[in-house]
Amino acid sequence: MNQEYALRIKGVKKTFILPHEKEDSIKLHFISRFAGRKRHGNTKYHALKGVNLDIKKGEFIGILGRNGAGKSTLLKTIARIYQPSEGSIEVHGKLVPFIELGVGFNPNLSGRDNVYLNGAMLGFSTKEIDALYDDIVSFAELEAFMDQKLKNYSSGMQVRLAFSLAIRADADILLLDEVLAVGDAAFQQKCYDYFDSLKDSDKTIILVSHSVNVIRKYCDRAVLIEDGKVAYDGTAAETVERYLDLFDSNRKKKKKDEKPAEQIDKEVIITDVKTVCTADKLTITVELQSQDDRENLKLAFRVLNAANRVVAGINTQSVLNPVLIDLKAKQTTRVRLTMPNILGNGTFSVDVRVGPVVYTGTIHDKVSGVAEFVNEKEEVYYPVALPAKVDVKVK
Amino acid sequence: MWKKLSSKYKYSLILLRELVRTEFKIKYQDSLLGYIWSVLKPLFMFAILYAVFVQVLKVGANIEHWPVALLAGVVMWQFFTDVTSGALKSIVTNGNLLRKIKFPRYIIVVSNTVSAFITLAINSIVVLAFALFSGVELTWGVLMIIPLLIQLFMFALGTALFLSAVYVKFRDVQYIWDILLQALFYGSAIIFPVSLIANVAVFGDTLVKIALSNPVSQVIQDVRHFAISPEVPSLWTIGQGNLWLYGIPIFITITMFIVGIVYFKKRSPYFAEDV
Repeated sequence: MNQEYALRIKGVKKTFILPHEKEDSIKLHFISRFAGRKRHGNTKYHALKGVNLDIKKGEFIGILGRNGAGKSTLLKTIARIYQPSEGSIEVHGKLVPFIELGVGFNPNLSGRDNVYLNGAMLGFSTKEIDALYDDIVSFAELEAFMDQKLKNYSSGMQVRLAFSLAIRADADILLLDEVLAVGDAAFQQKCYDYFDSLKDSDKTIILVSHSVNVIRKYCDRAVLIEDGKVAYDGTAAETVERYLDLFDSNRKKKKKDEKPAEQIDKEVIITDVKTVCTADKLTITVELQSQDDRENLKLAFRVLNAANRVVAGINTQSVLNPVLIDLKAKQTTRVRLTMPNILGNGTFSVDVRVGPVVYTGTIHDKVSGVAEFVNEKEEVYYPVALPAKVDVKVK
Repeated sequence: MWKKLSSKYKYSLILLRELVRTEFKIKYQDSLLGYIWSVLKPLFMFAILYAVFVQVLKVGANIEHWPVALLAGVVMWQFFTDVTSGALKSIVTNGNLLRKIKFPRYIIVVSNTVSAFITLAINSIVVLAFALFSGVELTWGVLMIIPLLIQLFMFALGTALFLSAVYVKFRDVQYIWDILLQALFYGSAIIFPVSLIANVAVFGDTLVKIALSNPVSQVIQDVRHFAISPEVPSLWTIGQGNLWLYGIPIFITITMFIVGIVYFKKRSPYFAEDV
């Protein structure tokens, strides 16, 4: 039975009935009864208004959306924690039963006991956990803390333990809801490595995240959930664009203004962008290809911060040594920009455009939000540290 | 198909085991005497009841081994209240878990029942020691305890499933159940011999039959009758072997067990959104 799809969501609606006044207690119950107040006033809240989504086996799909758009409800409905009010969900393969890390952790138990308890929730018998125990603990880097009660763990430690357990889950379809929100840089790197390994496996992954960089980097496809419906379904990069448009009316306007002006003809394509970031130097390397010989091209760079805002930029005409770029037909040309690293602390990515030196409304190619890099400069809080000199003199 | 079914229950069993273990670990955490409390609690309740009813009010003085019968009754009653009162709120208190992870919901109630049953087993050893010490003769009748305890387990579990599912929607159940438990406690002839009910002037015999028709009292009286002293009347001896009469508590047990399971199963898909 080899199904092409891992999940088929057809017209799923979810309606919650919210009573106006919750009458859990007998006192309230009687008061409202005798006061003759209307008891059955309630509001229907439509969290999902007909979601259709087919997810193929092995797909790494991201779900984006604003708070309250229905992402978590969708995930819970997929996990069968909620029953759909209408519609159906076909699941082919074993679905991981949880949607959040560390569910069922008991603060009054030791780390060791929690491993067994949480392991049981993932379906592992005591024997199976015995065999996995050392791996779980060493991945979480918590060897010294396993006999302490969980309530004495920091939140980061708890997440590490939970993540370390969760990745053992033997399932074909994984549901991940904002899992990378905590943990230090080193642990996040571990998580990313795990994501990389997932990409190569044939597991189906559904990832809910607000981090557009994570979505862009790992997802083949992403959907935007807006007001209980799938508002957009496309490649990760396209969906991220739509998602960011939701927040930034300026961005939308700007885009509207420039969109008709900027055409991309793909006569030259950007095949690779790499960044190397050291404490004092930043290098951006771009590789270009073209079918025919080309002359007088210009490259423009923008550096974006983690929130996808432009913090700096430069083009090959405004550098210290302006050059015009020529390409040979069917050969790869490499362009390298070297500059002092004046960026502040944080994660950055770059936008690259290539076009004729005289801009006429058409550029050849553009890539956005690629070649992510981390700049560890904890003393600099600004996106860019201006290379200024200070001079103090008493007048 | 078969493989799917067995793997489904494998998960439930693993989870059940771990939850029972956790419950025991948590229950007596940070207490000096730990597990001993699960034995001490019914023993103290017994001591109080014994002092008041047997010594002061002279209840049951004419019945052989009455203190043992009293202790056995108290221990079984303790099991029934542990299971039902504990389970009543269990779905709601575990709401956070239900909203985040998909697992068979009945595990919560079953693990609670199993833990209480383990406590009952430990307490039974205490009762046995007390019985031997008081000179109760061991007969083959003791074996009757096994089917009777299975019946009690089924009735308690069915009731617990039903109550916990109702409580999610209707919080009044806890008050109603508290009152019902009180009525059941006195109505089940746990702290006094059945003969006292029979002494009621009007409809005395009928009252006894009604009192013993509830599965809890039927089980308790039967255990006393078979294992401790044949002098304690059971529903069987009172009804003079009337199968129909004896069938009532059995029927109630099976009905409650099925109703509990069916109702719980029907409601459980909506627990996550209702709690």
